[in-house]
Amino acid sequence: MGETRRLRVDMLARVEGEGAVDIEIDDGRVTCARLSIFEPPRLFEAFLRGRAAEEAPDITARICGICPVAYQMSSVNAIESIYGLDPGPEIRALRRLLYCGEYIESHALHMVLLHAPDFLGFEDGLAMAAEHGEIVKRALFVKKTGNTLMSVVAGREVHPINVRVGGFYRAPRHAELAAMQPAIARARDDMVAILRWAGNFTYPDLEQDWELVALRHPAEYPLIDGRIASTGGIDIPFTAFDEEFEEVHHPHSTSLYGRVKSRGTYLTGPLARYALNYECLPPHIQALAKEVGLGPVCRNPYKSILVRGIETVYACEEALRIIGAYREPTPASVPYTPCAGVGAWATEAPRGMLWHRYEVDGEGTILNARIVPPTAQNQAAIDADVLAMANRHVKESDTALQLACETAVRNHDPCISCSCHFLKLNVTRR
Amino acid sequence: MSRPRLAVVKFASCDGCQLSLLDCEDELIAVAGAVEIANFPEASRAVQPGPYDVTLVEGSITTPHDVARIREIRADSGLLVAIGACATAGGIQALRNFADAGEYVSAVYAHPEYIRTLATSTPISDHVKVDYELRGCPVSKRQLLELVSALLAERRPELPVHSVCVECKLAGKVCVMVAHGTPCLGPVTQCGCAALCPGFARGCYGCFGPAETTNTTALAARWQALGTTPRDVQRAFRTFNAGAEPFRRESESHG
Repeated sequence: MGETRRLRVDMLARVEGEGAVDIEIDDGRVTCARLSIFEPPRLFEAFLRGRAAEEAPDITARICGICPVAYQMSSVNAIESIYGLDPGPEIRALRRLLYCGEYIESHALHMVLLHAPDFLGFEDGLAMAAEHGEIVKRALFVKKTGNTLMSVVAGREVHPINVRVGGFYRAPRHAELAAMQPAIARARDDMVAILRWAGNFTYPDLEQDWELVALRHPAEYPLIDGRIASTGGIDIPFTAFDEEFEEVHHPHSTSLYGRVKSRGTYLTGPLARYALNYECLPPHIQALAKEVGLGPVCRNPYKSILVRGIETVYACEEALRIIGAYREPTPASVPYTPCAGVGAWATEAPRGMLWHRYEVDGEGTILNARIVPPTAQNQAAIDADVLAMANRHVKESDTALQLACETAVRNHDPCISCSCHFLKLNVTRR
Repeated sequence: MSRPRLAVVKFASCDGCQLSLLDCEDELIAVAGAVEIANFPEASRAVQPGPYDVTLVEGSITTPHDVARIREIRADSGLLVAIGACATAGGIQALRNFADAGEYVSAVYAHPEYIRTLATSTPISDHVKVDYELRGCPVSKRQLLELVSALLAERRPELPVHSVCVECKLAGKVCVMVAHGTPCLGPVTQCGCAALCPGFARGCYGCFGPAETTNTTALAARWQALGTTPRDVQRAFRTFNAGAEPFRRESESHG
């Protein structure tokens, strides 16, 4: 009995960028489901060639307005690794603080304004505010606090201006950071309330068995350094990325697909970071995770909203810890001399691991650049989630099927600007 | 007017300028009450068909499809406002305008034949009539709110076109070029950022594009007197507003 309905929806909303979801249904069975990315290519890796390595943090930040700090941190560390430069513990702590601001801002935005409406049946976070006004206000306060923290440390929240090779242009004064403490403490409490609220959502029971890939650091929940680790036993330095991972280009996408060479699909992002670094979370945050229904490993992409909440609480506490111990780095940046070489680095963007590799000449001019963003790495896993959910909802109306598939994509907070951006759902029923 | 219908659309860009609207946390709920957010896919699934009273356009035109799409959006919009350096100057991706775009595609993609892109990245005003432009990479939240407030009050938005130097002096900041010999694009760059970089002991790097009247040649000479190489002068004029005429022209005299 052949079904021949065809549905086209022009845009999948509440993601950063432009992509489409294509669904093909034959005889009531979903035969193909995939995220297609139509973001116009911007060709960063090409025009980085011939630029000064010291320009890379500001230029690559423009790949993504949502996670510019991730781009600045991966690039600045990759270049410093070429120059053999260690800016020291104070500058490292300040960079970690800046990254905490981005986690707080990006996670609060995604959790409450972009993701939560899917669980509660609203079109957007502002419509949700009519019934959940207090939560939305709290989320906006958390988000604002993250943004303010980024502005105090580095000038502004979108494309911060204070990060440079060697350190910062100017270190924030102790008083400027100390003034942030009450807001960060309140944001932490607000996020705990948001987490308890989200803990009561009804979660579809989707469990996926992907290899989870994230940074791992011996002493800290990883943000800006460590080694690349996985649940499949990978434990490598950043420079060995190409030995374990590869990218494949498909005709339906302006983004590349990442895979583990020997095993295929993998997942990076909050679920992977949490599973691989659970023991680095302080016991009271582990207890909070347990309270909202999370074990030490969470493989349900819907529950990523809870993991983001846990990470946001951690980021607030980590920011308070760093500010409490803050010593202004003097000078704010360490001098360096460019030298020829190759360097690679990865940091943990809020939506997953972001790997950069640069080759520079003796004058510090970039000869080659490669950037592997989290959403490209996650594309295959996202496709598989869409396929699984499309099959579960295949007998329902196109409207219900569309929402199920959109949510399966939004679970991963894809940043399509990064991976090359538009969400359009095409359903073909034959 | 009664609640104007607002659309926010995107072309080639990083999403940072439309995110700036969501970053107005204190004003967001009030703005959402004052305008009907009819089409803002980054924030909502509820996309209403046009026409729209005001359309904010982020991003530059880089594909044949987008050349056609911006014309449709113009036809569907009362006022059309280009927001950010991509929409007003072509953005950082306009660096392809100085190179062989086909070779750029081959450098990034294993299968260049899968990719459809134009040889140039161009601002919205190259394709359709634009009513207002908000400069910046990213735009200033203050200017964004000024624009929305002005449109609600049916007045012209106040968007000054003088240089960063003026707002830097007004803010009482120390001139990084005079006091520290730090090369700064402030004298030729349009204001709007509140002289952010000099406040962080850094020279302006031109996010807001050329000011209304500029002497880029004199500034380039000053930079070289401070020890900047011609190649670095060219790089400085070729960033997020590389496609803006005064910066493009100056960049071509160096390197």
